[in-house]
Amino acid sequence: MKIEIPEFCLIAMVGVTSSGKSAFAGKHFKEEEILSSDAFRMMVSDDENDQSVTADAFELLYAVAEKRLSHRKTTVIDATNLRKDDRKKITELAKSQDVHTVAIVMDLPEKTILQRNAGRADRSIPEKKVRSQMSAFRQGTGKLKEEGFRFVYFIKSEEEADDAEIAYTKLWNDRKDEHGPFDIIGDVHGCAKELKELLGKLGYVMEEGVYCHPEGRKAVFVGDLCDRGPENMAVLRLVMPMVRSGYALCVPGNHDNKLERYLNNRNVQISYGLKNTIEEIENENDDFREEIRDFLRSLVSHYILDDGRLVVSHAGIRQEYIGRASARIREFCLYGDTTGETDDLGLPVRLDWAEDYRGSAVIVYGHTPQADVKVLNNTFCIDTGCVFGGKLSCLRYPEKEIVSVQAEKEYYKPVRPLMSVENDNDMLKASDITGKLRITTSLIQEIVIPKENTAAAFETVSRFAADPHWLIYLPPTMSPCETSQLDDYLEHPAEAFSYYKKNGVSRVVCEKKHMGSRAVVVLCHSPEAAAKRFGVRDGSRGIIYTRTGRRFFDDPEMESGLLDRIDAELTDRYFWDDFDTEWVCLDTEIMPWSEKAKALLKEQYGPVGRAGREALRASISAIEEVFERGISSDDTEVDLSALLGWYQDKLNDINKYVEAYHEYCWGVKSLEDIRIAPFHLLASEGRCFCYKTHEWHLDMIGRYMVGRDIVIMTTDNLIIDIDDGEQTAKAIGWWKILTESGDEGMVVKPERYVTLNGGHLIQPAVKCRGREYLRMIYGPEYLSPEHLSRLKKRSLSCKRSLALREFSLGVESLRRFVSKEPLYRVHECVFGVLALESEPVDPRL
Amino acid sequence: MLLTITYTGNDTQDIGYLLYKNPYRAQEFRMKMGTVYAFYPEVSDERTTFALLLELDPIDLAKGREDSGEAGLFAYVNDRPYVTSSFMSKALASVLGKAMSRKCDKRQELADSRMDLEARLTMLPVRGNKEILRQMFEPLGYEVTYETFPIDETFPEWGESPYVNLTLKGRVRLSDLLNQLYVLIPVSDMQKHYYVSEDEIEKLADHGGEWIKSHPYREMIVRRYFPKTKSYARKFNELIGIGVDGESSVNEPEDISGFEPLDTIRLETVRDEVLRMNAASVIDIGCGEGKLLSLLLQDRGIAKLAGADVSLSALDKAKKRLGYDELKLNGDSRLELFQGSLLYKDSRFEHYDCACLVEVVEHIDEARLPEFEKVLFGYAIPRTVILTTPNREYNKNYEYIGEDSLRHSDHRFEWTRAEFRAWTEHICEEYGYSVEIKGIGEKDDRGMSPTQMGVFRK
Repeated sequence: MKIEIPEFCLIAMVGVTSSGKSAFAGKHFKEEEILSSDAFRMMVSDDENDQSVTADAFELLYAVAEKRLSHRKTTVIDATNLRKDDRKKITELAKSQDVHTVAIVMDLPEKTILQRNAGRADRSIPEKKVRSQMSAFRQGTGKLKEEGFRFVYFIKSEEEADDAEIAYTKLWNDRKDEHGPFDIIGDVHGCAKELKELLGKLGYVMEEGVYCHPEGRKAVFVGDLCDRGPENMAVLRLVMPMVRSGYALCVPGNHDNKLERYLNNRNVQISYGLKNTIEEIENENDDFREEIRDFLRSLVSHYILDDGRLVVSHAGIRQEYIGRASARIREFCLYGDTTGETDDLGLPVRLDWAEDYRGSAVIVYGHTPQADVKVLNNTFCIDTGCVFGGKLSCLRYPEKEIVSVQAEKEYYKPVRPLMSVENDNDMLKASDITGKLRITTSLIQEIVIPKENTAAAFETVSRFAADPHWLIYLPPTMSPCETSQLDDYLEHPAEAFSYYKKNGVSRVVCEKKHMGSRAVVVLCHSPEAAAKRFGVRDGSRGIIYTRTGRRFFDDPEMESGLLDRIDAELTDRYFWDDFDTEWVCLDTEIMPWSEKAKALLKEQYGPVGRAGREALRASISAIEEVFERGISSDDTEVDLSALLGWYQDKLNDINKYVEAYHEYCWGVKSLEDIRIAPFHLLASEGRCFCYKTHEWHLDMIGRYMVGRDIVIMTTDNLIIDIDDGEQTAKAIGWWKILTESGDEGMVVKPERYVTLNGGHLIQPAVKCRGREYLRMIYGPEYLSPEHLSRLKKRSLSCKRSLALREFSLGVESLRRFVSKEPLYRVHECVFGVLALESEPVDPRL
Repeated sequence: MLLTITYTGNDTQDIGYLLYKNPYRAQEFRMKMGTVYAFYPEVSDERTTFALLLELDPIDLAKGREDSGEAGLFAYVNDRPYVTSSFMSKALASVLGKAMSRKCDKRQELADSRMDLEARLTMLPVRGNKEILRQMFEPLGYEVTYETFPIDETFPEWGESPYVNLTLKGRVRLSDLLNQLYVLIPVSDMQKHYYVSEDEIEKLADHGGEWIKSHPYREMIVRRYFPKTKSYARKFNELIGIGVDGESSVNEPEDISGFEPLDTIRLETVRDEVLRMNAASVIDIGCGEGKLLSLLLQDRGIAKLAGADVSLSALDKAKKRLGYDELKLNGDSRLELFQGSLLYKDSRFEHYDCACLVEVVEHIDEARLPEFEKVLFGYAIPRTVILTTPNREYNKNYEYIGEDSLRHSDHRFEWTRAEFRAWTEHICEEYGYSVEIKGIGEKDDRGMSPTQMGVFRK
């Protein structure tokens, strides 16, 4: 006997004790699929026969069943399930999990059962009890279908039990093995003319009276073929043969459903343009009416296509409903997410399931007409209101390209005009970023961020970050080079070169490190482009933000002024045309440092310099007075002249420290006093430039941005071959000149932006900071030998690992934004960088 | 860091006996935190100056001593090696302990008598108004002069540094001077380099019990000596027998004449409003330390109560205040606390009869209000919302608030009554609520309330 059941279902074994349920289940199902009441009794009480723990055992059993079903795992409940109440629990569980139920009834002859029971040495039960179970069994098992079991199989004999064979059938909605390519077409509503035009535009041709595509593309209709429009029968005559011949798929819409009910003589309220369809049908013969009815009956609520990567449903579908089947899901697919309320125009109030959608499958649907295709979180609403005088649209898959034709006229007056699409409902959810995060990136497979870090970042991002729509990238932290072995240095470029050499890099770029504040510039060609591409509608066309996602400038005029100047260069030099883009993202440094670090300077750097200078001067003169008194050092246990010399060195150090920070401070009265140095051209429409060489980046920046406006600064650099001693010596010489004249230092980067060594990502850049500059980090006197020797004991491993993870997240967020992934996917990476920043790493590195 | 003490008079070299430091030698003392050098820059019959130079190792400060296993307390770039701070107090106590206890084998008489002394403290940090130096030292009989410095003369716009070179002149006992410096250096700086434990109360009593008791600014001195531990200040006052039964000087202005602070009035008004609407479930978003929740928790009519805040430290305080962990341990599930942000859609905000947002909205960037509105009124959709925010027009009544500034440094804006009304109307229009606007707090003579409250109903 063949037992056909869906590949995902909830199976109830039904039968009295000793009827062979467990043996049957054990033979035909996997061990992990079977939840046996005996096993659960054993689990809670060490005794599988202990009836006193039945309640606890079942509580646990159902809890496990629910979890399994929520993970879409077929589950077998191996218990007697004799009472109607017991079975009701099973059908209710199935309903809540939107899964089909199967009953496998062990209906063996009573004699066989009684014999078996008697023969069970371990746990035979009184015959009286078996007989009473049998009478309960006879009463209950006749109406299992009415109770809600979708498939019911009776096993009548031991032979049948032995010979039974389980055959799994796919769910009707499972078309995962169809890979398209597809042309998914929106609500047609009787607009036959536009449909023909669209099919023509898509390349479909009429062959033997049926539209088909010469390249084997398949059309998918999202439903609502009829009603309101002028030629409903013509549409059906076109679509039905396409579906029948396998050239098209179709899911039902609410209008199709209503028509089906009408044709089945069910009580239907005739409104919403059903009337004209009915009038057309009245003129058709019975055969055609029958054909329509069969067609409509055959429609499946939604389809899962292309290995689960594409889902098509008339009114959309919630993430958790995909690949399940129930009346409630069918209802949802037809009518969508409604509250049951209606608004002031009598239209149903709709909740937007798409706002909450976080799945990776593309969902294409219709049902709610809008002026344009609405894209949100991987969902596409392609009902562009053709019948209301809008467009008939198609989404080509996998290309994600939209093809539309304009309606010839308004066939039906909409209750309210078609709304323009504003993709601003991409609200981020707390659950997107709280708790432990696992982020998959293209460079590092999985980055795990502990929940303590995400909690800290949740606070920062909520209180200080700019509009997340703008935040498409955060720069990573950068590690210093290995600690120098040279006596007088903590950092030295030789270490950077040897790091890259060790990692198989032969050419590196040495860039002067600007001593300002890191800033990311996102600039759109126009406010319209900002609205369209970033969903920012406040009239601004860009932003400059810090490495923690805060707006860089408090003064909005300063920000827009600087953006305007960058745009002027880009426009003048045809950047927008050359790159065929309406936006650009730049990685930059903004000077002076004092502009952003004012608080730090006023509260830490300045005061230390002041206190140091005054205290050391006073101390020196106190020591000098002792000398003036004529006490010689010999008279004391303290070497006063050594002390004096030491304090003079200290004063010298503190003066150098003050000079060092002075280099990076100047007053800003207007934009003219600001300097911005772009050094990475990160991304523009459709392209992320993370795989280009740094030479290319610097070249593009030179070509399109720097050189004319004094505010936009160039980044001095030297590209060298690290195997060539002469070239490295030259680079080290250059570094010395830079740092001795007050520059911070230089950054050494491998030739290519992203570089792997043996499959592993290596540091995208290391910094070599100057001797004088480091006074600001390690204190004014750090170079004195007794300090330096201790400071050299520093470990870079945490910093380096952090730098790699942040770098991968940065590249990933750009990649996701460029490939038009939803906001929450981009935000996840940006947020991840912020969260990693709360890891305790030595801040001086 | 440098401290000098000058004695003028006759045979001033005798100060050496009191200090137990020979005027003709320089000495050094190794201490855990660094090295102290003691020497005399000036020695004559008429005038003798003693100097204490304290050398701290900046790397030890930052990293913790290599052998100690302790983590460092300070940044590498730090003023501690240069300024006169609690390190100096410690140095005084260990190098000049005998002098501080007024014991002298050879010149006890001199130790017991008042001398013409001048102390000079180089780079003493003063937190807040520098006039407190006068308040601290003048009542103790010193003539106070101090020199101030710009943070950086190259950038005058950065303002004045917190440091002074302080000179104290007086006819006082040497031991008193030393003890007073021991206490008042950290009082000026309001920082200590060590963990302040309960022993510190006793220590303060040893060094200052007597003179603090009669000091007119004793409340300020004690408060600043224990800046982070108010309970120690109270215990100290009890120990030396002041401020116990009503004759105390610790009269906060709030305690005078039944004046109720605005914060209390505000919370009680909101609570009354919640009770009036018979809400069975209430969520306090931006609950802070949980003050409102603790009021609402007392009402058993509220079956479900939740508090959310974006700040983890605020939530920790709320958990303590409300005994959250004990509640959970006892299986009481009436209260939930969680981290939440009004800029992120959050299903945990849903299904409440009433949401309270007390002084929250003004902490959100104005540009991001639309998201906040959606999260609260569009998605969470509480049946009622009670929202309070400052009335900017009232700020004129606060002396300490400048013409254009706001009440709190984290306020992103404050609304006038008209602006608040306009915003509430926009909410009602967009999200289908009705609103009633009320004032909270004592009205000024223009009839203006300090706080405005909107009660929204769906």
